[in-house]
Amino acid sequence: MNRLRARRAEKVKKMIEGILGKKIGMTHIYSEEGAMVPVTVIKAGNFVVQRKTREKEGYDAVQVGFGEKKESRVNKPMKGHFKKAGTPCLYRVMEFKGTELDNYKPGALVNCADVFKVGDFIDVSGESKGKGFMGSMRRHHFSGGAESHGSMHNRAPGSIGSSSDPSRVYKGMRMAGHMGSDNKTVQNLKVVGIRAEENVILVKGAVPGAVNGYVVIKKALKK
Amino acid sequence: MGVLQDIEKNYIRTDIPEFNPGDTLLVKVRIKEGDKERLQPFEGTVIKKRGGGVRGTFTVRKVSYGVGVERIFPVNSPALESVKVLSKGKVRRAKLYYLRNLKGKAARIKVKR
Repeated sequence: MNRLRARRAEKVKKMIEGILGKKIGMTHIYSEEGAMVPVTVIKAGNFVVQRKTREKEGYDAVQVGFGEKKESRVNKPMKGHFKKAGTPCLYRVMEFKGTELDNYKPGALVNCADVFKVGDFIDVSGESKGKGFMGSMRRHHFSGGAESHGSMHNRAPGSIGSSSDPSRVYKGMRMAGHMGSDNKTVQNLKVVGIRAEENVILVKGAVPGAVNGYVVIKKALKK
Repeated sequence: MGVLQDIEKNYIRTDIPEFNPGDTLLVKVRIKEGDKERLQPFEGTVIKKRGGGVRGTFTVRKVSYGVGVERIFPVNSPALESVKVLSKGKVRRAKLYYLRNLKGKAARIKVKR
Protein backbone atom coordinates (compact mmCIF):
# COMPACT_ATOMS: atom_id res chain seq x y z
CA MET A 1 0.00 0.00 0.00
CA ASN A 2 2.76 2.41 0.93
CA ARG A 3 4.66 1.57 -2.22
CA LEU A 4 1.54 2.18 -4.29
CA ARG A 5 1.05 5.49 -2.59
CA ALA A 6 4.66 6.49 -3.18
CA ARG A 7 4.43 5.63 -6.84
CA ARG A 8 1.27 7.62 -7.14
CA ALA A 9 2.83 10.60 -5.40
CA GLU A 10 5.62 10.56 -7.97
CA LYS A 11 3.15 10.83 -10.79
CA VAL A 12 1.15 13.59 -9.16
CA LYS A 13 3.20 16.71 -8.85
CA LYS A 14 2.03 19.94 -7.31
CA MET A 15 -1.38 18.56 -6.74
CA ILE A 16 -3.84 17.42 -4.19
CA GLU A 17 -4.98 13.86 -4.57
CA GLY A 18 -8.68 14.46 -4.72
CA ILE A 19 -11.57 16.84 -4.82
CA LEU A 20 -15.16 17.02 -3.56
CA GLY A 21 -18.10 17.08 -5.92
CA LYS A 22 -21.81 16.70 -6.41
CA LYS A 23 -23.49 14.18 -8.67
CA ILE A 24 -25.61 16.02 -11.19
CA GLY A 25 -26.92 13.06 -13.18
CA MET A 26 -26.21 10.62 -15.94
CA THR A 27 -26.44 10.91 -19.70
CA HIS A 28 -24.85 9.56 -22.85
CA ILE A 29 -22.14 10.98 -25.04
CA TYR A 30 -20.60 9.57 -28.20
CA SER A 31 -16.97 8.64 -28.73
CA GLU A 32 -15.25 9.58 -31.98
CA GLU A 33 -15.81 6.07 -33.31
CA GLY A 34 -19.52 6.49 -32.78
CA ALA A 35 -19.87 4.32 -29.69
CA MET A 36 -22.35 5.40 -27.04
CA VAL A 37 -20.59 6.12 -23.72
CA PRO A 38 -22.64 6.29 -20.51
CA VAL A 39 -21.35 9.15 -18.37
CA THR A 40 -21.99 10.56 -14.91
CA VAL A 41 -21.78 14.32 -14.65
CA ILE A 42 -20.12 15.56 -11.45
CA LYS A 43 -19.90 19.18 -10.43
CA ALA A 44 -16.63 19.97 -8.67
CA GLY A 45 -14.65 23.12 -7.94
CA ASN A 46 -13.53 23.46 -4.34
CA PHE A 47 -12.39 26.25 -2.06
CA VAL A 48 -9.18 25.84 -0.12
CA VAL A 49 -10.20 26.27 3.50
CA GLN A 50 -7.02 25.46 5.39
CA ARG A 51 -3.45 24.46 4.76
CA LYS A 52 -2.19 21.94 7.32
CA THR A 53 1.57 21.97 7.73
CA ARG A 54 4.09 19.60 9.25
CA GLU A 55 5.33 22.33 11.60
CA LYS A 56 1.96 23.21 13.05
CA GLU A 57 -0.35 20.19 12.71
CA GLY A 58 2.29 17.50 12.25
CA TYR A 59 1.29 16.47 8.73
CA ASP A 60 0.94 17.96 5.26
CA ALA A 61 -2.53 18.32 3.82
CA VAL A 62 -4.96 20.75 2.29
CA GLN A 63 -8.47 21.14 3.59
CA VAL A 64 -10.96 21.91 0.85
CA GLY A 65 -14.67 22.58 0.96
CA PHE A 66 -17.53 22.34 -1.48
CA GLY A 67 -21.17 23.40 -1.77
CA GLU A 68 -22.28 26.83 -0.60
CA LYS A 69 -24.47 26.99 2.46
CA LYS A 70 -26.50 29.76 4.08
CA GLU A 71 -24.53 31.50 6.78
CA SER A 72 -27.45 31.18 9.23
CA ARG A 73 -27.18 27.39 9.04
CA VAL A 74 -23.52 27.22 10.05
CA ASN A 75 -22.44 26.96 13.68
CA LYS A 76 -20.15 29.56 15.18
CA PRO A 77 -16.85 27.65 15.19
CA MET A 78 -17.23 26.73 11.52
CA LYS A 79 -18.34 30.25 10.65
CA GLY A 80 -15.10 31.55 12.08
CA HIS A 81 -13.16 28.86 10.26
CA PHE A 82 -14.60 29.90 6.90
CA LYS A 83 -14.23 33.59 7.71
CA LYS A 84 -10.53 33.10 8.42
CA ALA A 85 -10.08 31.39 5.07
CA GLY A 86 -12.11 34.02 3.25
CA THR A 87 -14.46 31.48 1.68
CA PRO A 88 -18.25 31.25 1.68
CA CYS A 89 -19.81 28.81 4.16
CA LEU A 90 -19.61 25.30 2.76
CA TYR A 91 -21.48 22.02 3.19
CA ARG A 92 -18.63 19.56 2.94
CA VAL A 93 -15.09 19.99 4.21
CA MET A 94 -12.38 17.39 3.73
CA GLU A 95 -8.62 17.06 3.83
CA PHE A 96 -6.50 15.71 1.00
CA LYS A 97 -2.85 14.86 0.91
CA GLY A 98 -0.59 15.64 -2.02
CA THR A 99 2.78 16.99 -3.01
CA GLU A 100 4.02 20.58 -3.13
CA LEU A 101 0.93 21.85 -1.43
CA ASP A 102 2.35 25.31 -0.82
CA ASN A 103 0.60 26.52 -3.96
CA TYR A 104 -2.73 26.14 -2.20
CA LYS A 105 -3.57 29.31 -0.33
CA PRO A 106 -6.72 29.48 1.81
CA GLY A 107 -9.58 31.11 -0.07
CA ALA A 108 -8.32 30.00 -3.47
CA LEU A 109 -10.53 28.03 -5.84
CA VAL A 110 -9.38 24.57 -6.94
CA ASN A 111 -10.87 23.84 -10.34
CA CYS A 112 -11.41 20.25 -11.41
CA ALA A 113 -9.33 20.92 -14.52
CA ASP A 114 -6.32 21.67 -12.28
CA VAL A 115 -6.52 18.27 -10.58
CA PHE A 116 -7.76 15.91 -13.32
CA LYS A 117 -7.40 15.71 -17.05
CA VAL A 118 -9.18 13.69 -19.71
CA GLY A 119 -7.97 10.08 -19.69
CA ASP A 120 -7.19 9.95 -15.96
CA PHE A 121 -8.50 7.12 -13.84
CA ILE A 122 -10.31 8.00 -10.64
CA ASP A 123 -12.02 6.40 -7.65
CA VAL A 124 -15.37 7.90 -6.69
CA SER A 125 -16.87 7.46 -3.22
CA GLY A 126 -20.33 8.42 -2.08
CA GLU A 127 -23.21 7.38 0.10
CA SER A 128 -25.22 4.75 -1.74
CA LYS A 129 -28.99 5.01 -2.07
CA GLY A 130 -30.84 3.67 0.95
CA LYS A 131 -32.86 0.52 0.29
CA GLY A 132 -34.41 0.02 3.75
CA PHE A 133 -34.84 -3.41 5.34
CA MET A 134 -34.04 -5.97 2.66
CA GLY A 135 -34.21 -9.77 2.66
CA SER A 136 -31.20 -12.00 2.13
CA MET A 137 -31.96 -12.50 -1.56
CA ARG A 138 -31.77 -8.81 -2.35
CA ARG A 139 -29.09 -7.95 0.22
CA HIS A 140 -26.65 -10.83 -0.21
CA HIS A 141 -27.77 -12.37 -3.51
CA PHE A 142 -28.94 -15.63 -1.89
CA SER A 143 -30.64 -17.90 -4.38
CA GLY A 144 -33.76 -18.58 -2.29
CA GLY A 145 -35.92 -21.65 -2.64
CA ALA A 146 -38.39 -22.95 -5.19
CA GLU A 147 -41.36 -20.72 -5.94
CA SER A 148 -43.91 -23.52 -6.44
CA HIS A 149 -44.52 -27.29 -6.23
CA GLY A 150 -45.54 -26.95 -2.59
CA SER A 151 -42.28 -25.31 -1.55
CA MET A 152 -42.56 -23.11 1.50
CA HIS A 153 -38.92 -22.01 1.28
CA ASN A 154 -39.64 -19.23 -1.22
CA ARG A 155 -37.38 -16.31 -0.24
CA ALA A 156 -36.16 -17.67 3.11
CA PRO A 157 -32.40 -17.64 3.85
CA GLY A 158 -32.08 -21.33 4.84
CA SER A 159 -29.89 -22.67 7.60
CA ILE A 160 -27.88 -20.19 9.66
CA GLY A 161 -25.65 -22.74 11.39
CA SER A 162 -25.37 -26.01 13.34
CA SER A 163 -27.32 -27.09 16.42
CA SER A 164 -26.04 -27.65 19.99
CA ASP A 165 -22.45 -27.28 18.86
CA PRO A 166 -21.79 -24.28 18.75
CA SER A 167 -25.34 -23.44 19.95
CA ARG A 168 -25.02 -19.89 18.75
CA VAL A 169 -25.00 -18.07 15.43
CA TYR A 170 -21.58 -17.04 14.22
CA LYS A 171 -20.85 -13.34 14.00
CA GLY A 172 -21.07 -11.85 10.56
CA MET A 173 -23.71 -14.36 9.41
CA ARG A 174 -25.33 -12.87 6.31
CA MET A 175 -28.98 -12.20 7.06
CA ALA A 176 -31.75 -9.76 6.24
CA GLY A 177 -31.32 -6.21 7.45
CA HIS A 178 -30.75 -2.64 6.47
CA MET A 179 -29.25 -2.16 3.02
CA GLY A 180 -27.83 0.91 1.36
CA SER A 181 -26.98 4.34 2.80
CA ASP A 182 -23.37 3.30 3.33
CA ASN A 183 -20.18 4.67 1.89
CA LYS A 184 -19.25 2.93 -1.32
CA THR A 185 -16.31 3.45 -3.67
CA VAL A 186 -16.22 2.64 -7.36
CA GLN A 187 -12.65 2.21 -8.54
CA ASN A 188 -10.91 2.92 -11.83
CA LEU A 189 -13.48 5.08 -13.54
CA LYS A 190 -12.20 6.96 -16.56
CA VAL A 191 -12.49 10.71 -16.99
CA VAL A 192 -13.91 11.19 -20.48
CA GLY A 193 -14.51 14.91 -20.43
CA ILE A 194 -13.93 18.10 -18.47
CA ARG A 195 -15.89 21.30 -18.92
CA ALA A 196 -13.61 23.78 -17.26
CA GLU A 197 -15.88 26.82 -17.51
CA GLU A 198 -18.64 25.03 -15.55
CA ASN A 199 -16.26 23.02 -13.33
CA VAL A 200 -17.86 19.77 -14.41
CA ILE A 201 -16.27 16.33 -14.89
CA LEU A 202 -17.71 13.61 -17.12
CA VAL A 203 -16.92 10.14 -15.77
CA LYS A 204 -17.54 6.94 -17.70
CA GLY A 205 -19.93 4.69 -15.78
CA ALA A 206 -22.02 5.04 -12.66
CA VAL A 207 -21.03 6.46 -9.27
CA PRO A 208 -22.62 5.69 -5.88
CA GLY A 209 -25.50 7.72 -4.56
CA ALA A 210 -28.51 9.67 -5.69
CA VAL A 211 -28.56 12.78 -7.85
CA ASN A 212 -27.40 15.84 -5.86
CA GLY A 213 -25.45 13.55 -3.51
CA TYR A 214 -21.96 14.54 -2.46
CA VAL A 215 -19.07 12.43 -3.76
CA VAL A 216 -15.32 12.30 -3.19
CA ILE A 217 -13.20 12.00 -6.31
CA LYS A 218 -9.67 10.70 -5.87
CA LYS A 219 -6.86 9.62 -8.15
CA ALA A 220 -7.24 5.90 -8.81
CA LEU A 221 -5.41 3.84 -6.22
CA LYS A 222 -4.76 0.87 -8.49
CA LYS A 223 -3.75 2.57 -11.74
CA MET B 1 -30.40 25.46 -19.20
CA GLY B 2 -29.07 22.65 -17.04
CA VAL B 3 -25.59 21.27 -17.45
CA LEU B 4 -26.93 17.88 -18.57
CA GLN B 5 -28.97 19.35 -21.40
CA ASP B 6 -26.02 21.52 -22.33
CA ILE B 7 -23.78 18.46 -22.65
CA GLU B 8 -26.39 16.51 -24.61
CA LYS B 9 -26.92 19.40 -27.01
CA ASN B 10 -23.41 18.94 -28.41
CA TYR B 11 -24.18 15.39 -29.49
CA ILE B 12 -27.65 15.80 -31.00
CA ARG B 13 -27.53 15.65 -34.79
CA THR B 14 -29.81 17.86 -36.80
CA ASP B 15 -28.89 16.49 -40.25
CA ILE B 16 -30.80 13.20 -39.82
CA PRO B 17 -34.17 13.38 -41.62
CA GLU B 18 -37.42 12.60 -39.84
CA PHE B 19 -38.73 9.07 -40.32
CA ASN B 20 -41.22 6.72 -38.73
CA PRO B 21 -41.71 2.98 -38.28
CA GLY B 22 -42.64 1.43 -41.61
CA ASP B 23 -40.39 3.69 -43.66
CA THR B 24 -37.67 2.22 -45.83
CA LEU B 25 -34.25 3.69 -45.09
CA LEU B 26 -30.80 3.60 -46.58
CA VAL B 27 -28.33 4.00 -43.72
CA LYS B 28 -24.67 4.50 -44.47
CA VAL B 29 -22.41 3.55 -41.59
CA ARG B 30 -18.75 4.47 -41.23
CA ILE B 31 -16.71 1.40 -40.40
CA LYS B 32 -13.08 1.55 -39.31
CA GLU B 33 -10.85 -1.31 -40.38
CA GLY B 34 -7.35 -0.76 -39.08
CA ASP B 35 -6.56 2.76 -40.23
CA LYS B 36 -8.87 2.60 -43.23
CA GLU B 37 -12.43 3.79 -43.16
CA ARG B 38 -15.22 2.62 -45.42
CA LEU B 39 -18.96 3.10 -45.75
CA GLN B 40 -21.32 0.21 -45.28
CA PRO B 41 -24.83 0.67 -46.64
CA PHE B 42 -27.76 -0.94 -44.82
CA GLU B 43 -31.16 -0.78 -46.46
CA GLY B 44 -34.32 -1.93 -44.77
CA THR B 45 -37.55 -1.16 -42.96
CA VAL B 46 -37.67 0.73 -39.67
CA ILE B 47 -39.48 -1.55 -37.23
CA LYS B 48 -38.93 0.38 -34.04
CA LYS B 49 -37.93 3.79 -32.69
CA ARG B 50 -37.24 4.27 -29.00
CA GLY B 51 -35.81 6.82 -26.61
CA GLY B 52 -35.60 10.53 -27.12
CA GLY B 53 -32.96 13.21 -27.32
CA VAL B 54 -29.41 11.95 -27.24
CA ARG B 55 -30.46 8.42 -26.21
CA GLY B 56 -32.75 7.59 -29.13
CA THR B 57 -32.20 4.49 -31.26
CA PHE B 58 -33.95 2.93 -34.21
CA THR B 59 -34.03 -0.63 -35.53
CA VAL B 60 -33.82 -1.41 -39.24
CA ARG B 61 -34.81 -4.84 -40.53
CA LYS B 62 -34.01 -6.37 -43.86
CA VAL B 63 -34.12 -9.87 -45.30
CA SER B 64 -30.75 -10.80 -46.71
CA TYR B 65 -30.57 -14.05 -48.74
CA GLY B 66 -33.59 -15.37 -46.88
CA VAL B 67 -32.20 -14.51 -43.44
CA GLY B 68 -33.74 -11.72 -41.44
CA VAL B 69 -31.16 -9.14 -40.26
CA GLU B 70 -31.91 -6.40 -37.75
CA ARG B 71 -29.56 -3.60 -36.78
CA ILE B 72 -29.98 -1.05 -34.03
CA PHE B 73 -28.52 2.40 -34.65
CA PRO B 74 -28.29 5.30 -32.20
CA VAL B 75 -30.01 8.23 -33.92
CA ASN B 76 -27.22 10.65 -32.96
CA SER B 77 -24.22 8.40 -33.53
CA PRO B 78 -21.33 10.08 -35.36
CA ALA B 79 -20.77 6.74 -37.10
CA LEU B 80 -23.83 7.37 -39.25
CA GLU B 81 -22.63 8.98 -42.46
CA SER B 82 -26.11 9.54 -43.82
CA VAL B 83 -29.71 8.38 -43.47
CA LYS B 84 -31.92 8.55 -46.54
CA VAL B 85 -35.66 7.91 -46.50
CA LEU B 86 -36.39 5.85 -49.63
CA SER B 87 -40.13 5.50 -49.08
CA LYS B 88 -42.74 6.26 -46.46
CA GLY B 89 -44.74 3.27 -45.26
CA LYS B 90 -48.34 3.14 -44.16
CA VAL B 91 -48.54 1.18 -40.91
CA ARG B 92 -50.90 1.14 -37.93
CA ARG B 93 -48.44 0.23 -35.18
CA ALA B 94 -45.42 1.85 -33.58
CA LYS B 95 -43.48 -1.42 -33.26
CA LEU B 96 -43.60 -3.67 -36.31
CA TYR B 97 -42.53 -6.87 -34.59
CA TYR B 98 -45.15 -8.79 -36.60
CA LEU B 99 -42.89 -8.50 -39.65
CA ARG B 100 -40.58 -11.05 -38.05
CA ASN B 101 -43.20 -13.75 -38.49
CA LEU B 102 -44.01 -12.87 -42.08
CA LYS B 103 -42.04 -13.42 -45.23
CA GLY B 104 -42.19 -12.79 -48.95
CA LYS B 105 -45.29 -11.01 -50.21
CA ALA B 106 -46.94 -10.91 -46.78
CA ALA B 107 -44.09 -8.87 -45.32
CA ARG B 108 -44.64 -5.97 -47.70
CA ILE B 109 -45.68 -2.57 -46.34
CA LYS B 110 -48.10 -0.30 -48.22
CA VAL B 111 -46.51 2.89 -49.47
CA LYS B 112 -47.95 6.11 -48.09
CA ARG B 113 -49.18 8.56 -50.71
